[in-house]
Amino acid sequence: MNKTTNSRKVNVSQLNSVTVRFAGDSGDGIQLVGSQFANATAIAGNDLSTLPDYPAEIRAPAGSLAGVSGFQISFGDESVLTPGNKPDVLMAMNPAALAVNLKNLEKGSVIITNSDAFTPAALEKAGYASNPLEDGSLANYRVIGVPVNALTEGALKDSGLTRAQILKCNNFYLLGLLYWMYGLPLETTQAWIKTKFKKIPELAAANNKVLMAGFDYAETTEIFDARFQLKKSPVVPGKYRNLTGNEAAAYALITAAKLLKKKLFYGSYPITPASEILQTLSKHRAKDVVVFQAEDEIAAMCSTVGAAFGGELAATGTSGPGLSLKCEALGLAVIAELPMVIVNVQRGGPSTGLPTKTEQSDLLQAVYGRHGECPLVVMAASSPADCFHTTLEAARIAVKYMTPVIVLTNAYLSNGSEPFRIPKLSELPKFQISPLPDPADYKPFMRDPETLARPWTWPGLAGYEYRAGGLEKLDVAGGISYDPLNHEVMTNLRADKVARVVKEIPPTKIHGQAEGDLLVVGWGSTYGAIKTAVNEARKAGLSVSSIHIKHIFPMPPDLGTIMRRFRKVLVPEENSGQLRMLLRSAHMLEPLGLNKVQGQPLNSDEILAKIQEILRGN
Amino acid sequence: MEKTKLTAKDFSSGLPVKWCPGCGDFAILNMIQKTLAGMGLPLEKYAVISGIGCSSRFPYYVSTYGFHSIHGRALPVATGVKLSNPDLAVWVITGDGDGLSIGGNHMLHTIRRNIGLKVVLFNNRIYGLTKGQASPTTQPGSKTKTTPLGSIDYPFNPARFAVGLDCTFVARGIDTDIAGTSVILERASKHNGTAFVEVLQKCLPFTDKEFDPLKDPAVKEDLLLRVEHGKPLVFGKNRDKGIALRNFRPEIITFKPGAVPAEVAVYDETNAELAYLISGFTQPEFPTPIGVFKVTQKPSYEELYYQQVAGIGDTKAHELETLLTGPDAWEIK
Repeated sequence: MNKTTNSRKVNVSQLNSVTVRFAGDSGDGIQLVGSQFANATAIAGNDLSTLPDYPAEIRAPAGSLAGVSGFQISFGDESVLTPGNKPDVLMAMNPAALAVNLKNLEKGSVIITNSDAFTPAALEKAGYASNPLEDGSLANYRVIGVPVNALTEGALKDSGLTRAQILKCNNFYLLGLLYWMYGLPLETTQAWIKTKFKKIPELAAANNKVLMAGFDYAETTEIFDARFQLKKSPVVPGKYRNLTGNEAAAYALITAAKLLKKKLFYGSYPITPASEILQTLSKHRAKDVVVFQAEDEIAAMCSTVGAAFGGELAATGTSGPGLSLKCEALGLAVIAELPMVIVNVQRGGPSTGLPTKTEQSDLLQAVYGRHGECPLVVMAASSPADCFHTTLEAARIAVKYMTPVIVLTNAYLSNGSEPFRIPKLSELPKFQISPLPDPADYKPFMRDPETLARPWTWPGLAGYEYRAGGLEKLDVAGGISYDPLNHEVMTNLRADKVARVVKEIPPTKIHGQAEGDLLVVGWGSTYGAIKTAVNEARKAGLSVSSIHIKHIFPMPPDLGTIMRRFRKVLVPEENSGQLRMLLRSAHMLEPLGLNKVQGQPLNSDEILAKIQEILRGN
Repeated sequence: MEKTKLTAKDFSSGLPVKWCPGCGDFAILNMIQKTLAGMGLPLEKYAVISGIGCSSRFPYYVSTYGFHSIHGRALPVATGVKLSNPDLAVWVITGDGDGLSIGGNHMLHTIRRNIGLKVVLFNNRIYGLTKGQASPTTQPGSKTKTTPLGSIDYPFNPARFAVGLDCTFVARGIDTDIAGTSVILERASKHNGTAFVEVLQKCLPFTDKEFDPLKDPAVKEDLLLRVEHGKPLVFGKNRDKGIALRNFRPEIITFKPGAVPAEVAVYDETNAELAYLISGFTQPEFPTPIGVFKVTQKPSYEELYYQQVAGIGDTKAHELETLLTGPDAWEIK
């Protein structure tokens, strides 16, 4: 970084990890400031995990509690698995942001705030009878009130900008200040400002000046006596980029098509929190990346079925209510035995529920939510970067077995980000499609003896013309059949085919000992929180291990054996016990549950407390 | 593929056809097989896609690629096929229930996008496959199993619905009018954007009297208005009636056969307003219009899509490294 000269003595402490929460009005640019900070920590060599937390309203009334937008980041010198439980530092842009986030702060944590925003009107909107910066109610915290508006105006008094334009820059003042506190480089944000305001040089200059002014203010004022340093996190060499789960899923689909040497067709309808997949792919529209914004969820699913019939790598994305609308056409995809990927970004339900909040409550819908006997493959991603690997694997399985595959992510994974090591195509798994027989021997529902996949043929391929459809098909020949026994044969074949996907599942990795008092079984987005909690518990000497399930249906074949080596099994889930129900019915076990249905992620403290509670009873 | 020209017979799958004996679907099947042969593409370049209903069994009887999908959803399935493979000839077979009731939303948006699908809507004014419930085109007062006291629903006029949406090709034919309907289908096959063809046909078990007058040689010419581009709007067994526009309102005027007055309107299929006016004609005030109502030109959705991305689609551009490396990426050595 540029500025390393210290004009005065400051205390530099070594930290292992820090959690910072940015909070302010939806219009304060909180997500922007947060992602800038995240990039700076990444460039500084830390591992990180982020989570935006924004209100459903685009612009709730300024200064209101409903309009508070948040962005949390945890960064550190070892593997960072979650965006952190309680922030060490809260950057609150106004009284409402303070009021909303104070309950999550431990005593002794740092509050950095814009004291100019604590006007009588703003205090009233936030429900404060008196100014918390002055009435002593924050005595248990380290409060740093900075008159950001006045300082920003001072820094830009000769800029020629209007007052409104000037005050729009004030979030960068606090960002500069935080960069000083954690010794982070300014370059990434400076480069971003340059690109963003390329056409308006006076705004570029103003934002840059305010960023520097914040940094200098921290360096020269007496109120900051502490500065923190984190060692670089040891990571695998390579090229990296910070990716959200939604971006990772989108890039996985492009990559899958590339590995298959086919077009990608993505048909989707906007829905929170899955729209960023559609938007990211739209940015990359090309001859071989066909993106179709359909008129509704049903059309999105049906166009995906059409593109799969058409011989391309077909995919769609949605969230819970959209998956419900897609279910009939998913039945068509199952009986027509066509390959495709459905990314379902779970949110709080049912119905509109908590559209911007996270949950894991579509598991049973994904596994069972269709009419008839309708098995398909269900997988779950465990971290933002894992959304890439899981989606890619889903596409590989889809085309190998000629089946739809649902990938479950959720709002937490889709909006959260972490560094993603950009793989080379040669490092990625190979895609395999059953070879086509000679046209003379071809029958639409003949099967590969190993996978039971039927041959994938498509319009344009001469000699393989056939009629697909939703009516039951005659085994092998593929004509319509109402024969009762044939229906049962075909039902069993479809189930057997999906069951054979267990061959693709690697042995389950056990984190910790292979036997003991307690096994924590997780799936999806709780990966980081469970692993963090289990690490803590093991450090405290408890006999606890964990496994994490990526393959929800079919499930890993070794689960029963592993679970029976432990005296107790705990299944933490952000639902009322859906995986627990599947495990119970498949393995005749009675796992314990830790269930949270609040639209908020389970955090490691909650899991650790449950582990302690269970093992204390031992 | 062999170079010899395919005939209508080559487009028959040879499967036993399961429509009721005497159903108009047979005639439409024959006409479409002939039209497909006339398009001159190799067999594998066609896809025939349907929803659910009697008409939607159609793909099984055609030897090309086909997809008998789910109720109301033929259009989005076909959109996925066409958009990813724009050089295919994609035909959609649907009915009044499938295409205008459960699939109504898809019909709106397919026409709005002008995607290059040939949509043939069989209009028999009833749900035939589910055995006789009222459909969105069932006429007011009709007694069906779900309207025992007579239907009170205002019906859709499918052709006018499509004209109102500014569909770029709209026509109406009758299953028994082989000559007229064949011309319509051939013209539809050559259209670049969405071609919407309504075919009137009765359902023998449930609406067997529905279009009888239009097929009765004794009266049909007095009840039908055969619309033809560039020709005056004249009808009647004796060719002695015409449509005049007075104050923008259509009126039937009569004249001596052969002496067509100048005020009889000359049809212009590129005139959307005229198409709207004429396609709105219903009995008994006006004759039932058939023919090609509207042909206008604009680029199809898939033409616009592939024009927009021309030049960006090279494989190199989609290497993950190229996509993700930029100002936001960093390297750890």
